Formats: sequence, C-alpha cells, structure tokens
Amino acid sequence: MYLVTLLDGRNQNMVAHTEVSPQVSPEKILTAGECSKTRGSESVRSKGPDVLCEQNEIVNHKKSNHVAVAGSGTVPHPKKKSYKEEDCSLFVAFFTFLSYGVLLLVGYIKEFFVPVTTKEKNREEIELCSPFTNFTIYLSYGVLFFVGYVKEFFYPPSTKEKNREGYVPLYIGFESFYTRNVYRRIQDCWNRAICSVPGAEIDLMERYTPDYGWTIKHTGKTIRCINVGSYNYLGFAENKGPCHDAAEEVTREVGITTSSPRWELGTMEIHRKLESLVAEFLGVEDAITFGMGFATNVLNLPSLLGPGCLVLSDEFNHASLILGLRLSGATVKVFQHNNPEDLEKKLREAIVYGHSRTRRPWKKAVIVVEGIYSMEGSICDLPNLIRIKNKYKAYLYVDEAHSIGALGSHGGGVTDYYGVDPKEVDMHMGTFTKSFGAAGGYIAGSKDLINHLRVTSHAQVYAASMSPPVAQQIITSMVIIMGKDGSTEGRRRIQQLSRNVKYFRQRLRQMGFIVYGHDDSPVVPMILYLIPKISMFVRELTKRGVAGVGVGFPATKITGGRMRFCLSAAHTKEMLDKILKEVDEVGYLTASHYSREPKSQEPIEW
Amino acid sequence: MASQWNVYESFQALLQAGPYHLALEGVLVMCVLWLFTAKKKPSKMVRLTKKEEEDLLADWTPEPLVPQPPPLDHPNLHTRTVYGKAGQYVDLGTGQKLLNLATQSFLNMGERPEVEEAAVTCLHGYGVGSCGPRGFYGTTDVHLNLEERLAAFFNCEAAVLYSYGFSTSASAVPAYAKNGDIIYADECINFALQRGLQASRSRIVYFKHNDPDDLHRLLKEQAIADAKDQKRANATRKFLVVEGVYFNTGEVCALPELVVLRRQYKLRLFLDESVSFGTLGPHCRGITDHFNIPMTEVDLLMCSLELGAGGNGGFCVGTSFVVEHQRLSGLGYCFSASLPPMLAAASIKVVDILEEEGAGLVQQLQDTSTQMHRALTTLHTKVNITGAELSPIKHIRLNESSGDRQSDEAVLRQVVQKAEEYGVAVTVASYLSDREANAPQPSIRITVHKNLTDAQIDTARDALTHAFTDVLG
Repeated sequence: MYLVTLLDGRNQNMVAHTEVSPQVSPEKILTAGECSKTRGSESVRSKGPDVLCEQNEIVNHKKSNHVAVAGSGTVPHPKKKSYKEEDCSLFVAFFTFLSYGVLLLVGYIKEFFVPVTTKEKNREEIELCSPFTNFTIYLSYGVLFFVGYVKEFFYPPSTKEKNREGYVPLYIGFESFYTRNVYRRIQDCWNRAICSVPGAEIDLMERYTPDYGWTIKHTGKTIRCINVGSYNYLGFAENKGPCHDAAEEVTREVGITTSSPRWELGTMEIHRKLESLVAEFLGVEDAITFGMGFATNVLNLPSLLGPGCLVLSDEFNHASLILGLRLSGATVKVFQHNNPEDLEKKLREAIVYGHSRTRRPWKKAVIVVEGIYSMEGSICDLPNLIRIKNKYKAYLYVDEAHSIGALGSHGGGVTDYYGVDPKEVDMHMGTFTKSFGAAGGYIAGSKDLINHLRVTSHAQVYAASMSPPVAQQIITSMVIIMGKDGSTEGRRRIQQLSRNVKYFRQRLRQMGFIVYGHDDSPVVPMILYLIPKISMFVRELTKRGVAGVGVGFPATKITGGRMRFCLSAAHTKEMLDKILKEVDEVGYLTASHYSREPKSQEPIEW
Repeated sequence: MASQWNVYESFQALLQAGPYHLALEGVLVMCVLWLFTAKKKPSKMVRLTKKEEEDLLADWTPEPLVPQPPPLDHPNLHTRTVYGKAGQYVDLGTGQKLLNLATQSFLNMGERPEVEEAAVTCLHGYGVGSCGPRGFYGTTDVHLNLEERLAAFFNCEAAVLYSYGFSTSASAVPAYAKNGDIIYADECINFALQRGLQASRSRIVYFKHNDPDDLHRLLKEQAIADAKDQKRANATRKFLVVEGVYFNTGEVCALPELVVLRRQYKLRLFLDESVSFGTLGPHCRGITDHFNIPMTEVDLLMCSLELGAGGNGGFCVGTSFVVEHQRLSGLGYCFSASLPPMLAAASIKVVDILEEEGAGLVQQLQDTSTQMHRALTTLHTKVNITGAELSPIKHIRLNESSGDRQSDEAVLRQVVQKAEEYGVAVTVASYLSDREANAPQPSIRITVHKNLTDAQIDTARDALTHAFTDVLG
C-alpha cells in the first residue's frame, strides 16, 4: 500500500496530508524523511518537493564528476557533496531505480490501453479501438455467456448422444457451450447455400429458422445478391466462355477423375501441361500441382521440413500452414503479423542460441508467410523479408493462396507486385481456387525442390491426382491472364480488379469505416468489433441484395469482429456504388462508423 | 465505522503502523512486483556480445533447402503418362491399349456416360470452381443435395462432404480425438488415417492387423491401468480406427468382433470405408451392410469418393450429433474451398446408380474379384497373393524378400514393365516407406474392375505369369 502510493508519484500530496494531520508523527513519513534528517538540513514537513530536487542534484553530481549544475535552481550544499557517497548512496540508488520504475510502469499501463502502432511502414494504417469499445466487446460476450449459463442451468442442453451411455463425452464442454449459445444465434450468417455460379451476382437460397437457430430450413425461394463473399478475384467463375467450353470438352474426352495417384497411373498429359504452364507463369524452373489447396500445405510441409529445422511463422498464417508445420515436427516460432523487425529479432536470436533443447545449430531456417492474409487484407512485406532471409541464410516460403492472380500488373502475385525476381523466393505456394476459378494448389521453385517433392510429397503417393476438367479450367484461365490467347482480356481483368480495389477501399475509408489491410489488396476487412453487429450487418446487407461475409471469434481475435468484402474483376462500378450505398446505410443502423480520423470529402475517382 | 473508511483514512492508518510492519509490507510488495516482472530465464543462459553473435551468424551454414535431391533417374520422377481416358483399357503411349488393372475405379463409373453428363450439366450452371470454403458462399445446392443423398443412402442422419479424399479421414479423426485421448488402430491402416492420428496428438496404440484378440488384450491392459487411475480414465476418450477393406492388404475387417469390443470397452468406432463403399454388402453400403450391422454401432463412417465411386473428394456420415461437429472443427472442411459443384453432381449420379443397381453391381464385382483371386493364386511359386477373395484390391508380394526394400521394389517394377509388354497395366503399390507407421512389404497392387470378362481375367493371369517368370525365373 505504502509503496504503491509512492509509485503514483504523489509525493507532494502526501506531504500536504501530513501537514493537515498533525497527529501523525514526522518520523513515520518516509525513509526519505529519515534520510534527509541525517543530513540535518531541513525539517521533515517541507521535505516533499525538495527531496526530488536534491536527488536530481545528487544524480547530476555523480554523472558530472562533482561539477555543480544549476538546473535545479538551488545552490548545492557543500556538505552534501562531501558525504553523499557514504550516507545517501543506498537511498539515492533505490530512489533512482524507483523513479525509473514509476516511469516504466506508467508507460506499460498506458501502452496496455493504448498500444503504439508500428504498422504505417507497410502503408497499413490500423486504427485501434478505444478502451470503451474494447469494454463493450467483452461485455457483449459476457452477456451472451451469462444468459447461456443461466439458461443451461434451468434447461440443460438436450443434445445428448444416443446409444452411447456411459461414454466419456465426445466434446469438450466450453467448445460446445460456445456453439450452442453464441454461434447458434448467428449461424444463419454462414454456410449459406447458393444455386448459381459464384460470379459477380449470385442466387442465394433463402432460409429461415423456426426455433431460434437450432435448425435452419430453406424456403425454396432465392435472393439475387451482389457477391462480395467469394474469392473470385479475376472473375473466372463463369458458366460460359472459353474456360467453361474447354472444361466441358476435357470432361467428355477423359472423364472427371483419374482414380489413381500421380506415382501410379494418375499422371495425364494435362497434368504435365499444367505444371509447365504454372512454372512459366511464375517465372521459376518447375512446379508441382495438387488436387486441393489446403492439402498442398498440409501434405508438403512435412516433406520439406523436419525436426531440427527452425520455422518463423507469421501469427496470422492460415490453418493449413499451421497444421502442416505441426505435422512436420519442426520448431515453430511465431512473429508479429507483418513485422519484419520482430521477425529479424526472433530469427537472429534463434540462430545465435540454437535449438533450445538440444543446443545444436538448426539444420535450416524457413520463414513462412502469406502473400495476402485472408482475414487481415494485408500484403506481406516481401522486400524486407528477402533482405532478412538473405542476411541470415534462411529460406522463404510464401503462400500466395489469395495473392496469385490478384496482385501485380501481370497477375503474378507478390513478386510481381513488388517487382522482385521470383527466384528470390525459395518456395512459392498457391491455390487455384481463387483467381483461377478452379480448385487445387501448387508449389513452385527450383528444379531440385520440385523433384524432391515429386518423390516425397504425400499427395503424390496417396491422393488421387487433380480432376482433368479442373486442370483444364486452370490452364485456360492462366493462358488468358498471360495473354497467350492473343487477347487483352487478362490484362483488362487485372486492371479492372485493381481499379475496383482502390475505389472501394478509399470510399469505405471516406465514409468513416475502419478498413484493415493494404490499399491494393482485394480482401477488404471492415471492422465492426461486436458479434451482434456482424450478424446484423450480414442480415441487413442480404435484405438489400449484397452477399458479404462476417467474421468473428474464433476466426479472428476476440476484439476483431469484422465484415469482409472480396472484390472481383467481375464487379462493375455501378455494383460497387450499390454495395457502398447499402454498407453506409447499414453502418448508420448499427453505428459502425468507428474511424475517428479526419476524412477529406473530395469525390473519389473510379 | 467500517463504512466510513476511505482512502485517506486507510492511508493515515498505514502511516501509524510501525516501521517493521511497513518494511515487511514493502518487501512483500517488492516480491509481488518481482514475481510479475521477472522473466524466467534458463539459469545457464549466457548472453553473448554483439561481436560473438555476428561471428556465430557468419559461422552458421544451413544445409541446402533440399539436402539430397533425388537422382535424375529416380523411377518416380518418370511416372507413366496416361493418354486419354483410363477405362477398361488404358493407353500409356506404348502404342497398344493395355488392360487396366491399376486405377482404382472398381465399378467402372468413369465409363458411364450418365455420370459425365451429370457433371457437364452442372458445369453449364455453376462453372468449375466454387471460389470459397463452405462457410463463405462455397456451398451450393448441389453440395447439400449430395450430402442429403449420402446420408439417406447410409440410413444416417447427416453427411459432410470434403473436397479431397485424403483430407477426409485425415481431418475427421483429429476433429474428435485430442491430446490425452487413446486411439486403437489397426497396424495396416492407410496413410491418410495415419496422418489423421498424428494430427490428433492422441496416444496411438496399434494392434495386430485384423486381429480382434490382440486388440482385446490391449484393451484389458488399459482397463487395468484405468482401474488404478479412475479420474483420468473418466476424461480419456477411446477411439477405434479401422478400415472396412484394408487398402494396404485387401483384407476384410472383422467388424462383428470389433463391435462387441466397442460395446464392452466403450470405444468410439471410426470406420474408413474408402475401398468397401460400393464393393461390399447387398445395398453397396460397405462393411456394415456386408455383416448386417446397424449403423448405430459405428460412430463415424469416413469414405473417399476417389476409388470405387469414381469421383473426387470424400465424405463422412453418422448421427448429426457427431457429424455436424466437423462443420466447425474439421480443418479440411472449414478451411478449404468446397468441392467443385460439377464433381459433386457426378457423385450424386453415382449414388443414383448405386441405389438403382447396387445389389447387381456388388455381386458382379465380387464374382469377378473371386475369379481373379483364384486365377492369380497359381501365378508363380515365388510370389503370394494377399487379400480377401471378394476384395477388389489384391496385393502380390514376393515370398522371399531380398531384405532390401529398394531392390524388391526394383524387381517388382521390372515385372510391371514386362506385364506392360504382355498387354496388362498394373502398378507397384506406392508407399513412402520412411513415413509409414508400419510400412507394408513392397507389392504389386491389382485392382479388379467390375466389367472384366473371363477372357480378360485369363489375359491378365497369363501376362502376369509370363512377366513374373521372365523376371524371377
């Protein structure tokens, strides 16, 4: 208690108190008081401010080798100089440290509530939420949990398992509690079914719930919505046009499945063609493709890394990377999202001190990042990553699931965007689900790397190879993006997407929403913070003909509830204006214009 | 009086306390602060100087990204290429069409024009990709339809669809089994299941291949351990993971015995039916159908659609209490793009076919498999054939291994090459032997297709006999 009051830096108040309460004996005020008494210069009562003054002087004296400093405004007493070393040093040292302690503590407390942001370097301004909003977020969860607990106290959950009496419960308590009491109320915002191609507009199947979210039924009607939920960045999700025609032809020619892994009889001509095209598109020596994007990470990282390898992984890396790294057995260290300083610090420390258990040097160090982070909308800081990787002899693995096709003037992903030689990145990984409107994934890099994967990748040996029509869709769309079909269609799509992104992001910011991520990123997260706002936003937008995606805990941090818009080259300016208009209106309904930064009201050009 | 106390007065009271009391309190507060601020450092940690750090950094030479790139003549860098469709016959670019005993489409679904037609019709409506995970507008009515149909086909409450056969069982198991649980698994389960077990971080106990007695022994041992630590046993879930027909051996699972053990020891039975779906049982439903065991005995049924069903992806069926959990916890379900709708539509057509002609298809396939099995038993004196007679998957293994995996495989590859010359396409079963929990002996995997005629079976037997004689003497 005593020290805490002291730490508050209210010495003066204390003295004031002692003055108005004469019953307190002067001896009991402070050790400071006792100390100054030994100096025998002044009375205890007027000590407070002077103690600090004198202390300053003494410290100054120490530093400047007994040269008097006029800063404190009092003339130093010669006596003090003479015996400060014997008498006061302990106290002074203690007090010096204490004053630093106070400063640091105040600093910690302040930064705990208002953290310093260092994001500006990558042109990502992240506005942080006020303590009040923070409080309301926890409050809203608190209310939901409280209501849930009360409800389940009186009406225990009826979803009991049949035919398994006496078994250990299958699910962990809290997880299913969260599902029943939080997710259930808003689950109509996800897993919505569509009955059309996931292009610029979709037919959403209308649903209703007769029992507060426990079951969801289809009404049989459909709602036409503008689609800002699908990852259709270049608009290749089409049910007509060259991609569709080519896929149909291949289906009729070779069927829809190979029923055999690549090692056995699962390699068709089309797979070889696809792999050489991917390598050419990325500007690397060779590439290998797989039937599923998620599995590309999960089934290949264990072939590339093993125990004794060091992995530096971004904190917001995708679940597939995390799972793949876990299965690989490598030591994973997590660095702050898109923060090269933190990465460098942790990498340096890890290399210098070696494996923390065996004390042996690492076999190799790999930095694992994503091109565009699907929930944050941020673009990785590739030039800095390459600098760090070269400096510390590490290898770089970039997951371009969202960025390939969507970034760069040629659609070549982050390397194209930053104008970096693709060979600087050791391992390129990406998926075909997004920009190419297909499915599957690839890994690309040097000939040695790909050959190594061809003989060790789990997916090559145990999983059926990619479905031929899917492979054809990738080939045709990639040919269009590269302009090898002789048209400028690919170029047009890339430019359309880029203009859409700039326009949409700037307009959203101007309206006063907090928008995360990089200005050129087609993933646009808009911060709403509160779970109820997410569900209301999604529902209201659907009513108004816009299909967006809401994301909340556990997909984001608890304080990071958001709407996410994925833009597409298939969107026209009119569509974007319509979306923006509706978002603005719903924003007013839900009071979600959180940004407090000044906005220019100049009209934004498309 | 107590209500009158405020900060100021408590402060005054503090001032009146004795110096020893204050000193003690001060020390205590410092201790608390120290506890909070002190970082736990390993006591032997030595901080290095900047110079030393730089030296160490310069000194460290990591191994290359690929320490040992495979030699350029590695057989798996030069896999055979299929030209055109792999149906009853397959074109490997050798100039002649080979009898296909290698791809795993037992039911010849790839040759049914209606399946392709269903895929193309769907393509006209939905395009190729679904452009999103199931949660974010990647679900189409085609997916829902297929899930509904599969659940109804198995007489179950719910089904969940995955977009990759491998990820089905690899994601389903860790959605339930967690750290601290125990999984009893057959030692010959396929690699996807092994990956699932690994991802669950549970304790994995392998029992002898298809040996319920060995499992019973292990369960008894565990029961004794449980009796000692009842508290822990009450929090430990126990799983039993088996396959309907083992992909790695071709054996049919002894399910009736396992079901008894499941009840007795309160295990949760997870069944991988990738091979048995469409190949066993009067209704094509697989191993439960074959032994006429009600689906309530099985907790979760996992199945790849890439084998007999001639499609892509995979699915799990069971009670909605169990299955729906994967919609939030199955990593391969939540975080992956959904199956392209056209491939789901093709699978719906396959379910249609199985419902209509199921019994006939299974009977025909089992007859062909039995016939093939008998034809292959007299192949050569130096090889044996494993697998149940009615299983469409058979493994031909060398009686006497040379002791070295690689040379055995090389011998088998020669046989495969010879067989090609005699007009039959077979394949060496591919394994990553260093990754497998119990790597199976190298083998040639024979896949029986439903439509094989007697003449074709004779061709296959003759070709393989010649090939083995040529290589093994």
